[in-house]
Amino acid sequence: MSAILETRGLSAAYGSTKVLQGLDLAVEQGGIVTLLGANGAGKTTTLRALCNMMVRASGEIRFNDRRIDGSATEDIVRMGIAHVPDGRGTFVSLSVEENLRLGAYTRRDSGVAQDYERVYGYFPRLKERRRQQAGTLSGGEQQMLAISRALMLRPKLLLLDEPSFGLAPLVVQEIFRILRTINKQEGVSMLLVEQNASIALELADHAYLLETGRIILQGLSSTIASDESVRRAYLGY
Amino acid sequence: MPACFAMPGTELLHQVLSGIANGGIYASVALALVMIYQATHHVNFAQGEMAMFSTYIALLLINLGLPYWVAFFLTLVFAFVFGLGIERLVVRWFNASPVLSVVAVFIGLLLIINGAAGAEFDYTIKPFPSPFPSNAWYGSPFMSSHEVGMISVTLIVLAAVFVFFRFTPLGLAMRAAAQNPASSRLVGVRVGWMLALGWGLAGLIGAVAGMMAAHVVYLEPNMMSGILLYGFAAALIGGIDNPWGAALGGPIVGVLENLAGACIGTELKLSVALVTIIGVLTVRPSGLFGRTLVTRV
Repeated sequence: MSAILETRGLSAAYGSTKVLQGLDLAVEQGGIVTLLGANGAGKTTTLRALCNMMVRASGEIRFNDRRIDGSATEDIVRMGIAHVPDGRGTFVSLSVEENLRLGAYTRRDSGVAQDYERVYGYFPRLKERRRQQAGTLSGGEQQMLAISRALMLRPKLLLLDEPSFGLAPLVVQEIFRILRTINKQEGVSMLLVEQNASIALELADHAYLLETGRIILQGLSSTIASDESVRRAYLGY
Repeated sequence: MPACFAMPGTELLHQVLSGIANGGIYASVALALVMIYQATHHVNFAQGEMAMFSTYIALLLINLGLPYWVAFFLTLVFAFVFGLGIERLVVRWFNASPVLSVVAVFIGLLLIINGAAGAEFDYTIKPFPSPFPSNAWYGSPFMSSHEVGMISVTLIVLAAVFVFFRFTPLGLAMRAAAQNPASSRLVGVRVGWMLALGWGLAGLIGAVAGMMAAHVVYLEPNMMSGILLYGFAAALIGGIDNPWGAALGGPIVGVLENLAGACIGTELKLSVALVTIIGVLTVRPSGLFGRTLVTRV
């Protein structure tokens, strides 16, 4: 298997504050990778650096063996990387359906119309609420909307920034179950940033552990999940 | 003051209708202001001068012998490119600047365009044609054909703007970019160009107002100064983040202005705009139709 996404020496800074220091990451084609770590470890910043958004990044980023570092966010999206951002990025005063339409903004193919049904298939609740103002959705529904908006791009790689944040455990279970389905059915590769390590390790096949901007551990999710000392020291469960 | 209470019904009706007609111009100016405000949270003080300059271009084209409506639409093209160009060449560099710098830039633009118009077309007052017949509308004593025409043109502009923003992908992208630039980039919207398009459209809508107003107030470099103030009052009344509020604010200000002119005297007409602005800012800062966003986190 070859890597769909690979970084070498990825560093990033906000102004003069260095946040990431030389990350080497890889996401396999069709794989799910999770990036774990405490608050402030640089997880969100990693995703931002990959999209060249709000942060000054350096180092090498390859997507499908093509250098994408330095490309504008809008162009990276066009290559097939969809980012479900921290805070969900809902267009609050637009309707649910308009949010989805924006997800397909860069597409010119004729499959867009069917894709509404495709994402409503994953999240039927959004269909019921498709004319509703997106800001009135519950937190869980907005997270579903954010994932659906990203899926409307028909991405090759999905970047997910803490999809479990602020949600009830049952809703988290539901969302992660659907993420697995999406990965299996559509072969979308995923890079998942999470604080909720146990559920992330269940979903992902590979994991990286981040501490103050450096990778301190990596390996198969199952290996990391079964290492009790790592779990206690870094993952808190 | 007594003139006000003694006003016969027909005179009152005339004042109200003509106020609504002028209100069409204010509504267009307000809409142009709102369009830029929604995207950037800046009030474009140069909006009036942009409209005035475009109106001079219209006169130039008409004097070249072009039919009115041909000149009208060519002017819209010019105004669109003019607005877009100002954003791309000047304003974009100040998007992250403090508000006062932006205000200084806008005032600078106002003075530059005003001066350029004076230098190029001189300061003498020029008549500007109306595309509508000069007689009263169907012999009605209440409204002139130009007034009816102004209202119609305003309604057409509003409808076009509504259709564009509501039903086209580009309109949706512009709304998205105004509301959540970061998320818009993540779906591939080129936010910078959306702002530029907003300026282009604002320039275009302003030019419509300029061409309609010039027939009434005559064409000269300072023709829009009062109108911009009324337009600003209209935008504030409607809620400066709500285009449809701006559209309704226009006729409200127009009618207030005309009644004040009839009641208190024309010298104080412009003060009505100022009093309205201060009143709205004090009593209801979000305007009559200002939107309160419902959000959940």
